[in-house]
Amino acid sequence: MSRNPENREQFRPESHESDHFLLTTVVGSYPKPKWLNRARDHFEDDEHSFGETEWAEATDDACRVITHEHERAGLDTVVDGEMRREEMVEFFAERIDGYEFNGPVKVWGHNYFDKPSVVEGVEYDEPWLVDEFEFVDDVAERPVKVPITGPYTLANWAFNEAYDDDEALAYDLADLVNEEIEKLVEAGARYIQIDEPALATTPDDHAIVGECLERIVSDIDDEVRIGLHVCYGDYSRVYPEINDYPIDEFDVELCNDDYEQIDTFADGNFAPDLALGVVDAHVAEVEPVAEIKENILQGLKVVPPEKLTISPDCGLKLLPREAAYTKMENMVQAAREVEAELDAGEIDVPAVEDAAPADD
Amino acid sequence: MIDVVATTPGLYPLPDWAKDDLSDLKGHQKHDLIDGDEDAAVADAYADVRADFVADQRDAGLDRIVEGQGRWDDMLAHPLTVQEAVETGGIVRYYDNNNFYRDPRVVADLDASGDVAAELDAAADLLDDGDALQAVLPGPYTLADLATDDHYGDEAEFLDAVGDFLAGEVEAFPAHETLFLLEPSYVTNAPGEDLNELASKAIDRVAGATDADVVVQTYWEAFEETAYAHLMDADVDAVGFDFVAADREANLECINELGTADDIALGLVDGQNTLVEDPETVAERVEWVHDQIPAQAFDTTYVTPNTETFYLPVNKHQAKLSVLAEAAEIAAADAAETEVEA
Repeated sequence: MSRNPENREQFRPESHESDHFLLTTVVGSYPKPKWLNRARDHFEDDEHSFGETEWAEATDDACRVITHEHERAGLDTVVDGEMRREEMVEFFAERIDGYEFNGPVKVWGHNYFDKPSVVEGVEYDEPWLVDEFEFVDDVAERPVKVPITGPYTLANWAFNEAYDDDEALAYDLADLVNEEIEKLVEAGARYIQIDEPALATTPDDHAIVGECLERIVSDIDDEVRIGLHVCYGDYSRVYPEINDYPIDEFDVELCNDDYEQIDTFADGNFAPDLALGVVDAHVAEVEPVAEIKENILQGLKVVPPEKLTISPDCGLKLLPREAAYTKMENMVQAAREVEAELDAGEIDVPAVEDAAPADD
Repeated sequence: MIDVVATTPGLYPLPDWAKDDLSDLKGHQKHDLIDGDEDAAVADAYADVRADFVADQRDAGLDRIVEGQGRWDDMLAHPLTVQEAVETGGIVRYYDNNNFYRDPRVVADLDASGDVAAELDAAADLLDDGDALQAVLPGPYTLADLATDDHYGDEAEFLDAVGDFLAGEVEAFPAHETLFLLEPSYVTNAPGEDLNELASKAIDRVAGATDADVVVQTYWEAFEETAYAHLMDADVDAVGFDFVAADREANLECINELGTADDIALGLVDGQNTLVEDPETVAERVEWVHDQIPAQAFDTTYVTPNTETFYLPVNKHQAKLSVLAEAAEIAAADAAETEVEA
C-alpha cells in the first residue's frame, strides 16, 4: 500500500537530462571531518576554553561542508551527514522526556553504546530535528531528506523500566515521531526516512512496526515522502508484510551480500517504491561505475524505473571520508548513465516484462 | 537450616575506567580482542579490573565470589577463542541480543590451556579466608553451539571433544566452592534426539572434574521436557532456572513432573534491565518458587541474576549485587522463621 506514487516527481531536478528519473539519495550518516572530532574532544574537556559558542560554530560549519559535499556528488536529495548526531538512539533519547542515561554498555569488544533507560511515560518536550532541518534546508540547493530513528528501534534499544512491554512503549514513541514529523513538515520538509535497524534483528515484530508506521503517518500529507530503512537481515521474514506498510519507499541493504536476497522481493507484487542499496557501506573499496550500474539493474527485477530509488546500502559514517564521497559520486554517475540507457531503450526491465498484464 | 546463597553467573560489565583504558590499549577492531597472549599493560589493567570485581562482590555481601571474566571479550565463547586450535572468524550475534562475538572456528584437536585456571588463581589470591570462590564456564553444549567445527566433522564427536576440553580446564582450577556451568543453548536451541544423551554426559564429565558443587544455569527460555529429563541423569548439584524471562510454568512443570537436583538455582534478578529490584520482592519470589515445588525441600537455594550482567551499566550491575545479597539474607531468615513455626 504505497501512500502516493506521485510524490517522487517533486525531487526531479529542473536540469535533469533524461526522461527516466532514478531518484538518488543516501541513508543519512556520513564520516565526520577529523577536525570536528577534535573540536568535540576540546568541547568535552572542562579545562579547555572551547565552549558552547565555539562548538555551535564548529557543528554549523561541518553541516555546511558535508551538505555541500553531498550536492557536489550530484545527489538529487541531500542530508548533512548527521553531523550533529553521535549515536542514533542516544540523540533522540536525550531529547525525549522519560529517558535517563546510566552509562555505556557493551555491544562487542570495546565498542559501547550509552543505552538509555525509559523510566517513565515518554513525552514530547522540544523539537528534535526542526532546527537541524531548517539549517540544512537553508544551506542546500537541493531538497533535503530527514532521517529519524524509528520508534520500534528507540524502544527496543533501550532498557524498558516503565512500560508493561516494548510494544506499548513503541506505540507511545510512534505518536511522538508523528508530532515531530508534523513540525518538520510545517518547516518545509518533504522527505522523511524512518530508520528501523532493530527490525532486522527481531523481524517477527513486523506487525508492531506496521502499527507504529500507521501512527507515524497519521494526518501527514501524502505529498510528504515517507521512506523506511531496514538494515541487512533476513528480509524474507518481513516480506510480503511490508507491502501493507503505509510508506512510499522501502530502503534495503542488499549490496553487501551481492543481491542474494533480491528474489525475495521480485514476486511482481512489491508495493512501495524500492530504495536499493547499490554500494557497500562496510567496505572501503570504492565500486567502479560499471559495477554499480549492474547493481542498479538488480533493482529493475523488483520494480520499474519510475519506482526505483538509488542509495548506498546504509549510513556511510564508518568509511574513510574520501571513500564515502567517491562511492556517492560513482553512484550518481551510474544512475545517470542507466537513465540515459533506459531512455535509449537499451535496457530490459524484467519487473515490467514479468508482471501480468493489468487487463486483457 | 535452609541455606540461601547469593551469587552470580559472572561476566560482569567492565568498570567505566577500564572500558576507556582497555579500548585505548587494545583498539576497537576484531583483531584487537583478547587472544590469550596479551601484553603486560593489558594484563595489568585486567588485574585491576579483577580487584574491582572482587571488591564489589565483597562490598555487596555475596556468598560466592566470581572472577568476573572481564577478559571475556567473546562472552561465553571465550574459552575457545583463546585456544591455539581455534581461528576466529567473523563477528556473529550473541543469541537474540544486540551483542556480538567472534565466531570460534575449531581447526585442530582441542586441548585445555589453563587460561581460565590462571584467571581463577589470580582471583583466589585476592580472597580472604572466609571468602568462597566460584568458577564459571560455559557448559559443553552451549560452547559447542556457539562454535563452528572445521575439524572433527561430526556433531557428536565435536560435542564430546568440547566436553573433554572443558573437563581438562576444570582439572587445572584452584580450589573452588562452586562451579557454574552456563547453558543458555540447552534451552534456546535444545539438543535434538541424537545429542540429548551426549549433552547430558558431557555435562556430567565436566562436573566430575571437580569436587565443588556444580550448578547448570539456563536462561532466556524454559526447558524442553526431553532435554530436561536427560539432564537429570547428569551428576550435578543444582539446575538453574530463569524466573525472569523464561516461561515459569513450563519450567515448574518440568521440575514437578521429573524432579530436580537436591539444590536449585533461581534466576530472579533481571540481568538485562536497569530497573533495580526490591530485595523484599526478590525474597518473596524465592518463597513463591519453593511453594510451587511442594514435593521437594532444597538443601541450598542459589539466588542469582537470570543472565550474565555485562548487558547493564556498571551502577545498575553493582546495585543488583547488593539486591541479591540482601534478598538471600531475607529469604533465609523468612525460611528459618517458617521452619520454627512449623
